[in-house]
Amino acid sequence: MATAVAALPPQRSRGARVQRGVQPYLYLVPAFAVMAIITFYPLFFQVWMSFTDFGQINFRVKNPVPAEYVGLDNYIRIAQSKLAIPNFEFVRLVLFNLWWALSNVVVHVVLGVLIAVVLNTKGLRFRGIYRAIFIIPVVIPQIIVATVWRNMFDPDSGAINYALQGVGGLFGVAATNPALHLDWLRQPNDPISWLPLPLAYFAMLIANTWLGWPLNSVVATGALQSIPGELYEAAEMDGASPWQKFRNVTIPFLRPAMLPYAIYGFVITFNLFFLPFFMTQGEPFGRTEILVTQAYRLAYDRRLFGVAAAFAVYLFFLLLIVTLITNRLAKATKSYAE
Amino acid sequence: MTAPATTSTLRRLMNRGTAGVRTGGNQERRLPLSRQIALQVVLLFVTFTVLFPMLWVLSMSLDPRNLSRPDGLNLIPPGASLDAYTKVIEAPTSNPISFLGLALNSLKIAVGASVVGVLLGITAAYAFSRLKFRGREALMIAVLAVLMLPSVATITPLFIFLNQFQIHFGDLSFNLRASILGVTLAVISAQLPFAIWNLKGYLDTIPKDLEEAAAVDGASQNQIFRKVVLPLAIPAIAVTGFLGFLGGWTEYLTVAFFITDPSDWTLSLALNSLVGQFARTTTWSEFAAFAILFALPVSLVFFVFQRYLVGGLAVGGVKG
Repeated sequence: MATAVAALPPQRSRGARVQRGVQPYLYLVPAFAVMAIITFYPLFFQVWMSFTDFGQINFRVKNPVPAEYVGLDNYIRIAQSKLAIPNFEFVRLVLFNLWWALSNVVVHVVLGVLIAVVLNTKGLRFRGIYRAIFIIPVVIPQIIVATVWRNMFDPDSGAINYALQGVGGLFGVAATNPALHLDWLRQPNDPISWLPLPLAYFAMLIANTWLGWPLNSVVATGALQSIPGELYEAAEMDGASPWQKFRNVTIPFLRPAMLPYAIYGFVITFNLFFLPFFMTQGEPFGRTEILVTQAYRLAYDRRLFGVAAAFAVYLFFLLLIVTLITNRLAKATKSYAE
Repeated sequence: MTAPATTSTLRRLMNRGTAGVRTGGNQERRLPLSRQIALQVVLLFVTFTVLFPMLWVLSMSLDPRNLSRPDGLNLIPPGASLDAYTKVIEAPTSNPISFLGLALNSLKIAVGASVVGVLLGITAAYAFSRLKFRGREALMIAVLAVLMLPSVATITPLFIFLNQFQIHFGDLSFNLRASILGVTLAVISAQLPFAIWNLKGYLDTIPKDLEEAAAVDGASQNQIFRKVVLPLAIPAIAVTGFLGFLGGWTEYLTVAFFITDPSDWTLSLALNSLVGQFARTTTWSEFAAFAILFALPVSLVFFVFQRYLVGGLAVGGVKG
């Protein structure tokens, strides 16, 4: 982190040196003055709020009613899932959120690497066109991605079910078959009996995979192009099979680039507000809710501001733990990178 | 934290990834035809999955039957009409606000957040990247900590804070919280740490030789910043500005939370009202046309300048 060394003239008059001491702070004042008011102050206010029963009534500007101090009550009620809202289970929420992030990253990285390897095959035609097309999901605003996929997964008129019925028709399955008429976003029964994940999770996974693999592919392509060609030639001379070449040459070179990006992907997906909020809206029964969407609902739908504040503090510490763990992972593998 | 250690490496790799259309090896060996065909089939399938949602939306938007709901999988519409586009440009929602009005509100937030973020961010980024001072590490960690925090986590206190600024003057009343200005402030609160961090990341990659030469010639710190660093940082400022613009253009959370008057609605709010259970009166053709009009300007810019922009995404994406 401390790589930036100040480039300053070696000899200066006394007056100049004093100025030098203050000057760095002058450069920081505009940004930090604004952040102090609209970022740091609200954050501290939030911590205070989390110990109160702040609600709609405390909003009045004229004759304000002070919020009542409730101690750790909000925190305890969240941890024990004793909120007056339906389908709230804190532990399940956290576990689902972690699994959601992890499963996405694994799928995205594997697909991204595979497609990058295919695209990097020597002598492949139309490579540039494919690369240009494959970046498209990245450039579309996420709110549009989420709302479009929501319509695509519509049980009656969605493109996915129509496509399934089209493919089913090729094999002589009637379009009215319930297996081709899935209630993707709301079906209450889990599709795999031993796996406690709703169908909506898989719908979200599909949509997010569409969104997520291309950037992984870009990172993998960068890493692939840094592999010296001689290594493959040497491996070929030693009679290595394509799989052996992939395992012993390609993967060791990919790891230093993919691991940090996978960690990024994990944090990004962990906080990915758009898909659960616009696609599934937490259905069925709040089981596809993640922490950030639940936090928003507590404040926006329920107006439980004190509880929402405590929830945000939980979120902060969970993210801190996730960051510390992933940071340790990144450090442990840093020797590969440099 | 993860961001500082890996940002520059990632940016390097991503730029190489998007830039490198040229093939790696020196001698191009011919691929056996059977493998060429097999790989093309695989890639065509991937292309189909990537384009599928877009074809579907485009087809719905152009469908001359103005589909209230699609009656089948028409990736190529039977004929084309721009009726859905005219409809959503005139009256996208049931509120009396045109597409242009919505776009103007989105534009205000986007421009405000982007310009203020870059203006305030660049000097702080310069200080973090080039100057040595006491408390540098602590302040950088403060910026990073906020950067890591999803914007949902600050939305409630911001709501309460901005809600205190109300002016009532006879019939006229102004509530900062329920105004575009208030939303812009909330977006800035989320974007400023990102702007600082992204700009600092770029400044770190600019060699210091020129600045040292200017210092030897007796240039002051301010002169070095204005005459040497700022011109070199223009690409970074453009990238950060665009990503900030994109964030403001598509901002949903704070708008939905803060805004009460339909005349202050933005594109993202209108889009949400065209989907799902809110959309009883909206045809899917109109939704599709609206989504395309909403996405097209930013997506085109992004697509053209992707080479410079994807690196910034690695930092920006952390923010929910």
